[in-house]
Amino acid sequence: MTNSKRATISFSIMALMLMIVGFGQSWNVALTIINLCLISAVMSMGLNMQWGYAGLFNAGVMASTAIGGLTAVLISYSPVTKAWSVGGTSLTATLISLLVTIIAGVLVWKKMPKGSKRSWSMTAVVLTGYGFMRFFYEQATSAIEAVDPAKTGFLGGLGLPILFSWLAGGVAAAGLAWLIGRIALGLRSDYFAIATLGISEIMISILKNEDWLSRGVKNVTGLERPVPYEVDLQQTEWFINMVHWIYGTAEDGSPASAAALREAMQLSAGVVVKLCYSALFIVVVLIILGLATRALNSPWGRMMRAIRDNETAASAMGKDIISRHRQVFIIGSAVIGISGAMLTTLDGQFTPGSYIPLRFTFLIWVMVIIGGSGNNLGAIIGAFITWFVWIEAEPASIWLVSNLDIFLAETSPLRLHLQEVAPHMRMILMGLILVLVLRFSPKGILPEKAPDHY
Amino acid sequence: MSYLIGEKLTGGYGGADIIKDCTLSVDKGEIAVVVGPNGAGKSTAMKALLGMLNLRGGTVKLDGRDITGMSPQQRVAQGMAFVPQNKNVFVSMTVEENLEMGAFLRRDDITETMEQIYDLFPILKTKRRQVAGELSGGQRQQVAVGRALMTQPSVLMLDEPTAGVSPIVMDELFDRIIEVKRSGIAILMVEQNARQALDIADKGFVLVTGENRFTDTGEALLANEEVRKSFLGG
Amino acid sequence: MDYSTDLLNALVLITNYVLIPSISYGSQLALGAVGVTLVFGILRFANFAHGEMMAFGTMATIFITWWFQSMGVSMGVFPTALLALPFAILITTLLAVVIDRSIFSFYRTSKSPPVTFVVASVGVMFMLNGLVRILIGTDEIIFRDGQKFLIKAGAFKKMTGLSEGLALKQTQVLTFVLAVIAVMALFWFLQRTRTGKAMRAFSDNEDLALLSGINPERVVLVTWVIAASLATLAGVLYGLDKSFKPMVYFHLLLPIFAAAIVGGIGQPLGAILGGYVVAFSEITATYAFKKFIKYISHGDFAPEGLTQFLTTEYKFAVSFLILVLVLLVRPTGLLRGKVL
Repeated sequence: MTNSKRATISFSIMALMLMIVGFGQSWNVALTIINLCLISAVMSMGLNMQWGYAGLFNAGVMASTAIGGLTAVLISYSPVTKAWSVGGTSLTATLISLLVTIIAGVLVWKKMPKGSKRSWSMTAVVLTGYGFMRFFYEQATSAIEAVDPAKTGFLGGLGLPILFSWLAGGVAAAGLAWLIGRIALGLRSDYFAIATLGISEIMISILKNEDWLSRGVKNVTGLERPVPYEVDLQQTEWFINMVHWIYGTAEDGSPASAAALREAMQLSAGVVVKLCYSALFIVVVLIILGLATRALNSPWGRMMRAIRDNETAASAMGKDIISRHRQVFIIGSAVIGISGAMLTTLDGQFTPGSYIPLRFTFLIWVMVIIGGSGNNLGAIIGAFITWFVWIEAEPASIWLVSNLDIFLAETSPLRLHLQEVAPHMRMILMGLILVLVLRFSPKGILPEKAPDHY
Repeated sequence: MSYLIGEKLTGGYGGADIIKDCTLSVDKGEIAVVVGPNGAGKSTAMKALLGMLNLRGGTVKLDGRDITGMSPQQRVAQGMAFVPQNKNVFVSMTVEENLEMGAFLRRDDITETMEQIYDLFPILKTKRRQVAGELSGGQRQQVAVGRALMTQPSVLMLDEPTAGVSPIVMDELFDRIIEVKRSGIAILMVEQNARQALDIADKGFVLVTGENRFTDTGEALLANEEVRKSFLGG
Repeated sequence: MDYSTDLLNALVLITNYVLIPSISYGSQLALGAVGVTLVFGILRFANFAHGEMMAFGTMATIFITWWFQSMGVSMGVFPTALLALPFAILITTLLAVVIDRSIFSFYRTSKSPPVTFVVASVGVMFMLNGLVRILIGTDEIIFRDGQKFLIKAGAFKKMTGLSEGLALKQTQVLTFVLAVIAVMALFWFLQRTRTGKAMRAFSDNEDLALLSGINPERVVLVTWVIAASLATLAGVLYGLDKSFKPMVYFHLLLPIFAAAIVGGIGQPLGAILGGYVVAFSEITATYAFKKFIKYISHGDFAPEGLTQFLTTEYKFAVSFLILVLVLLVRPTGLLRGKVL
């Protein structure tokens, strides 16, 4: 079977499944799934660049997602002027101490002769600098976090349109990736994976604990939306007309039909809002897909794959592997960062506590592997399938448990326990799918096309 | 019929054939040396005898039995011992442990064999508690040969045992190898130092691009004008 | 009060809040890291499912403990979990072997690159994660019974007359003693027995080990048995000392990896050293030295803040910072493990 045939078939099956959800459960559920599938598709395309193109085992996908989400807050939230006025000075002082420490450190390292004297001076510089930083920092944070802690207690953002953060999220993630790359690139794949996993965990603990930055685990809610609100929509004339046109008007004036109409209104408002999001997301997915495919087929992409398939030969041919890896790592992370900002935009809130590696790193891995490493369309279909199973596994297993009537009484403790833990079935399912695909179809659903020539 | 013989071996590591219709043989109490230019497939031919190659043709016989289908491990159990060119000792283990590992398949008392090896390489006895990774290159080669001998093999195969050691150490090592031969073991050896190796060889094979070019006694090969010109540097 | 009392108080303070917790936490990490390092040395990949294996082993112990308790079986002053431990080790070992046979062995025979193993271990991680949560749920479980304290803080104060108390939990002593026994048994096995030496040889030089007739499948099997046993032991000791929560066990993976790498991957002794290094650094860096400084300076100098290098929430960050430092300065680890 050719790849395009496979793609057509798998996307058709996916569409069919989503339609079944639409008709069977509700279109709101189906669209929610689709929107997250689209975001996941961006994530998996980003990871696919790193893993599929270049063979980088990035176990820190979550870091990029989270910094994208943070950027969404920092771009869109209106600035908390009071926090700036009480904490701004000390925060600036912290920053200056940091800069001075770094400059002093670099000077000591560069100017002094190598030896124990240099090591001691270095330690002294770092410790003193750290002491100053901690002093100003604690002043700043306690002041900022004291500003109306129930509502803000953080610096806020720039108050710009949130759509702008999608780009900025990519840039921020790229910056972070540059930093991570400085530390971790050049290590063997296992080490690289462990290092990136570690950095992503640190990233999350920073977001959870630095309340002055993004309120920590208190979350930032009520982010501004790029699409209309349901409530406003229901007051809009064209929307009302449209609903009337679809469902018919409540001319007979009976209370029953008025209630039905109101329900239809609410339902349609939800659907329209989600469709707006879908449209935005599809645009992003298509742009990235286009660029990614072009990059993959360009000489640059061919070189990446050449490096991936044979590092020794590529380095013998004079390719600077680490700097190539850095490029692709930064670009891939930027794409994931964009998806992180998109996710926070869709949620309308930023909740650091929800970032866990299983969901934000390893699930994306499942997507890329089952979709087909190295194939962009594969990454997309992988994202759709994986997210669909991830979401639908829960209702499916609950349904399964509730149909155990024949074996278990309503109140049997085993049954109650099963009901409670049924959601975790999806973990087993994901692991199973990953292991089975890796074993029996390691190239995934849409295998990477063999390059025409190197 | 020789004790160990690989006849008309053809094969490679999956890609193109590296050796073609190559025949090597050695008898007990005899040293056979394989020489030839770089990339002639010398080591490959030896690995073919050990079963580390995908053979497309040819047979390997040990003591008259066909062992072509056996895995390297099975061949080791049949009495073939191999000393690889690189990474031929357990660097993190002591000399004594290296020897013990050589005798891993044996269930009987190995102390006597170990004493024999210490007699052959006295320096190893003094260093037996030392980690092999800390030894000099020549001593390491002794450990490597000792490890291989621990199985009490009937055939000992050495892949460039003198690579990277000084001439004095090389002579010393060759002396030891002759001693091993006298105990009735068949020795097959791939060597870069062709002249010195043929000097101690009972039989020599000159390989070029994976094929036999000359096969004769060591003495005859050394005397052969063409061999001297082309492969021994005049 | 004279200065010597202050110094004693400072000493007790550090022992109580840094030394004792570091030793018991370090022992737990060490046991986990030895498993990771052995799997790395023999199978040549970083097993991402190791934390979940610890969780599974602990879960098995808890179930058996509950069963014993329901039958009225106990060990008096010792936790019943110790009685359950051998059975749980058996079950976990079985699980590890089944996983190896059904998943990893295929990639061994097909000689797949290490990264394929890592991806497969991510799959295993997912499955074990789900399995543990389905069987026992996600809640925090305390399964410690028996005597809790060997020395109580109040009694210590009364006994010594110092203003600082020293508490010694039974689980802390148990952790240390059991860890020492386990490690000694492991080293005896690796240094003295035929199979143990074969494992070291295989880890050192796989090709040469094969040429010496060492059976790779047997070595791998023994490796999993040891790794699973130590993982169970580490998990149970951690759970007894603190509590069992599946989520926490996943997060233990990071300090354990850090310990294995810091010590020099593939080196069991290094892993143990790494475990203690990581534990000491984590606890020291997040300890508030305020009181300590007050005692040391004889009350002359009392810092305003807590005098903490990092807040407690950044505990895991410390292990990672050490990891990065070691990778940059000495990539082979403290004991010169494999160069990666």
